[in-house]
Amino acid sequence: MSQNKRMDVLLCCGSGCISAGAKKLKEKIIELSKKHNIENEINIIETGCMGPCNLGPVMTIYPEGVFYQKVKVEDIQEIVEEHFIKGRPVKRLMSQGDNKVISEKKEVPFFQNQVKVALENCGYLNPEKIEEYIALDGYEALVTSILEKTPEEVIQEIKDSGLRGRGGGGFPTGVKWGFVQANKNKPKYVVCNADEGDPGAFMDRSLLEGDPHRVLEGMLIAAYAVGASKGFFYIRAEYPLAVVRIKNAIEQARESGLLGENIFGTDFSFDAEVRMGAGAFVCGEETALINSIMGMRGQPNPKPPYPANSGAWQKPTLVNNVETLANLPTIMRKGAKWFSSMGTETSKGTKVFALTGDIKNTGLVEVPMGISLNDLIFNIGGGMAEGKKFKGVQLGGPSGGCLTAEDLQTQIDYESLKAKGAMMGSGGVIVMDDTKCMVNVAKFFLEFTVDESCGKCVPCRVGLKQMYNILDNITKGKGKKGDIERLITLGESIQKLSLCGLGQSAPNPVLSTIKNFREEYEAHINDKMCPTCVCTDLYHIEIDKDKCIGCSLCSRKCPVTCITGSRTEKYTIAQVDCIKCGNCIEVCPVSAIDKIPGMSSEVLNIANNIEED
Amino acid sequence: MSHTCDKDQALYDELKLVINEKKKLRNPLIEILHKAQDIFGYLPVEVQMFVAEQLEISLSKVYGVVTFYNRFSMTPRGKYLINVCTGTACYVKGAPKLIQMLSEELKIGMGETTPDNMFTLSEVRCVGACSLAPVLVIDEETYGRLDTRKKVKEILNRYRG
Ligand SMILES: Cc1cc2nc3c(=O)[nH]c(=O)nc-3n(C[C@H](O)[C@H](O)[C@H](O)COP(=O)(O)O)c2cc1C
Ligand code: SF4
Ligand code: SF4
Ligand code: FES
Repeated sequence: MSQNKRMDVLLCCGSGCISAGAKKLKEKIIELSKKHNIENEINIIETGCMGPCNLGPVMTIYPEGVFYQKVKVEDIQEIVEEHFIKGRPVKRLMSQGDNKVISEKKEVPFFQNQVKVALENCGYLNPEKIEEYIALDGYEALVTSILEKTPEEVIQEIKDSGLRGRGGGGFPTGVKWGFVQANKNKPKYVVCNADEGDPGAFMDRSLLEGDPHRVLEGMLIAAYAVGASKGFFYIRAEYPLAVVRIKNAIEQARESGLLGENIFGTDFSFDAEVRMGAGAFVCGEETALINSIMGMRGQPNPKPPYPANSGAWQKPTLVNNVETLANLPTIMRKGAKWFSSMGTETSKGTKVFALTGDIKNTGLVEVPMGISLNDLIFNIGGGMAEGKKFKGVQLGGPSGGCLTAEDLQTQIDYESLKAKGAMMGSGGVIVMDDTKCMVNVAKFFLEFTVDESCGKCVPCRVGLKQMYNILDNITKGKGKKGDIERLITLGESIQKLSLCGLGQSAPNPVLSTIKNFREEYEAHINDKMCPTCVCTDLYHIEIDKDKCIGCSLCSRKCPVTCITGSRTEKYTIAQVDCIKCGNCIEVCPVSAIDKIPGMSSEVLNIANNIEED
Repeated sequence: MSHTCDKDQALYDELKLVINEKKKLRNPLIEILHKAQDIFGYLPVEVQMFVAEQLEISLSKVYGVVTFYNRFSMTPRGKYLINVCTGTACYVKGAPKLIQMLSEELKIGMGETTPDNMFTLSEVRCVGACSLAPVLVIDEETYGRLDTRKKVKEILNRYRG
C-alpha cells in the first residue's frame, strides 16, 4: 500500500462515511499535517466501504492497525498531534469493549466473526489505483488461468468450488458456464448484473466502488472460461460513483494490456464497456436486462431460450452477478477445496449481507454460509437498536419472506431459508422491531412490485393490483371476512402463472406475513385495530387528562385546529377532525399525548352509520 | 431543425455532439437519453423527436423507452431534484414520516415542483445507503438519518441559499 511513508491512513470513503463527513476529515488531516510538516510522512488513502457504516466516519491507521470510529473534524487535531507525531493513539476514539479499549481493527467484535472473500480488499486499498490491487495479488488469478489452464479446467475448478449465483437465483455458476462454453455460436458476451434492484441491499454497490478491479478480473476469468470476447457492466443509474470507478478500472486495465487484443500474447481477446440502467426493478431479471442493454424497454422474455444460448443480439450470453464475479479471483488463487471447505452441504463459501433496519450495527458483513440468523443479527449485528424488541426479519427483499423469532436458529443457506418461506435473495437483511405493522410491511412490498411490474403478463399486472387493493382496504378499516383467504388464493395463482421471477415471487411477502403474523391481519379486519398504531385509520390519538398541564402548545400546533380546552379543563382532541399528523405528540412537554390502537368510538359510530345507509 | 428556437440551439448542439460520440456503440439509445436528460433537465417530446431523427429510429420507439424507465421524466423539474428513498430499509426507518415533513416544509406533494421552481419532490427505490436510513439525495449528495424536522429544515436551507 504505502509508498514507503511512515504511516498509512486508510480513510473509509464508502457512501455511509462520506455522508457522515469523511471528506472533511481528509481536508483537515492534510491541513494539519502540512502545518506540522509531516505531510511527507503520511499517506492518506481513500478506501471503499469498510463495513461498519453506523460507526462512520471510520479510519484505520497502519502500521499499528489502529481503528478509529465516529471521528469528527474536531478530533483530527488530537489524532495528528498525539498519534501521528508522538505515537500515542487516541483511546477515546477506539471501539470500547466490555472492560477494555480495543485498539486493533481485527479485534473489534464487528469484524471478528467475519470471513472476507469477496470483500477481501474492500477498505484496504485505493479503488482508483490498479497498482494497489496488483500489490494485493490482483490479476494473479487471471494470469495463471489464462497461461496455465484450459477453459475447461477453469470451469471444472468453479464447479468443484460449489459457487452458486449470488444474484438471488443461486444457480451453480460452473454449470451455467458449461452451457455457454458448449454453445459454439460466436461472438459470446459476458454481462455483469449490477442492477442491484433489491431495496435494502448495497453489497454490489460497495464492491463496485470499493474494489472495482476485482469485479473486472472476475469478468475476465469468466470470459476466458466461456470464450466470450465482449463484456458489459449493467449498472443502475442510482450508483454514479460505481459507474465512474468501473470505467476507470476498464481504462487502467486497457493501458496495462489486461484488456484488448491477444491478452498476454495468447489468442484470448476481450474488451468491456459500461451500460447504465434507468430505474426499473425488472431490469435485474436477466432477459429484461439484456433487452435494456440493447436499448429497448426492459421487459423479460419467456425462458427458454436461456441467455446462455440466445442472449444479447441472439448470441450466447453469460449473466453473472457482481458478487459472484468478485468471488472468482480468490477461488482461482486459493483453490476450489479451500472455498468449498466453508459453508454447508449445498451452499459453499461465504455470503455478503447488508444489515439494515432496527439493528445496532448496520452495515456490510461477510460470513460463512451456514451460520444461524441469530448469530448474524445478534452477534455480528449487535442485536436490536436502543433496546427495542425483535419482531421479524425480511430476507430476499420484495421477492422474499419475513421470518420471526422462532426461526432465528435457521442456518443461512439457500435451501434452509427457502424451506422457511424466505430466500437468500441478494443478501438484504432488514430487521424490524415490534413497532412495525406487518400488514403495512406487506402492503409496502406489494406497492413496490405493483409499481415495478412491467405489465407484460396478466397475472402479475392485474393480480398483484387486486391483492394490493385488498390489503389497502384492510389497512383502512374496510377489510372483510374472507379477505385473508382471498389473498392466499390470489397469491398462489400469481406465483404459478407469472412469466418472470418478479411476478412469481411478488406474493411471497404477503403469504409469509399471513403465515407468521395472522393475528395481526385478523385484528385489522375484525377489530378494526392496528395493534402497533401504524395504519392511520386504525388508531387514534388521545390526551391523558391526568397528565396534561394545559399549556395549549398542542392546540397551537395542530394544523386543523381540532384540539381545544383550557388550563383548568385540560385539552381534548375532536376525533372526527384529527388527521393524525402527530405534531401534538411531538410538542407536548409532559408526554400526555399518545397513540391508542383501534378507531375512536366517535369515528367508529360514524363509520357504522355510513355502512348501514 | 424546425423544432428548435435560438435559446435551445446550444443545448441541441451539445446533444448532437453526444449523439455523434455514442453513435458508434451498439444500441446506445438509453445512454443517449441519460445525457439528453442531463442537458435539458427532462425529456420533452421535441427532444425525443430530435434523438429519433438523429438515430434514424421511430419516435414511438424512443417514446416507449422514455415512458418505461422511472428515471426518465417528461415534465420539467425544479433546480434541485429531491429524491427521497422509499426503499425497504428507509421505509422501516421512517421514510413516510420524512416525506410528510418534506411536503409540509415545501408545501408540495410527491412529484410536484415548488412555484419558485427550486425543488421537485420525487421518490427513488434505494440508493444503496441503507445503513443511513432514512435517506434523501439532492443532485449527487446523499443525506442520511433524517429523522427530525430540524435536520430536514437545515438541509433545505442550504439549497435555498
Ligand atoms: C425481478 C428480478 C430481479 C432481479 N434482480 C437482480 C439484480 O438486481 N441483480 C442480480 O444480480 N440478479 C438479479 N436477478 C437475477 C438475475 O435474473 C440472474 O439470475 C442473475 O443475475 C444471474 O447471476 P448469478 O447466477 O451470478 O446470480 C433478478 C431476477 C428477477 C426475477
Ligand atoms: S411476471 Fe410481471 S414483471 Fe415479469 S414479465 Fe410478467 S408482468 Fe412483467
Ligand atoms: S401539549 Fe401536552 S400538556 Fe400541553 S395542552 Fe397539549 S396535551 Fe396538555
Ligand atoms: S432502502 Fe433507502 S438507501 Fe437503501
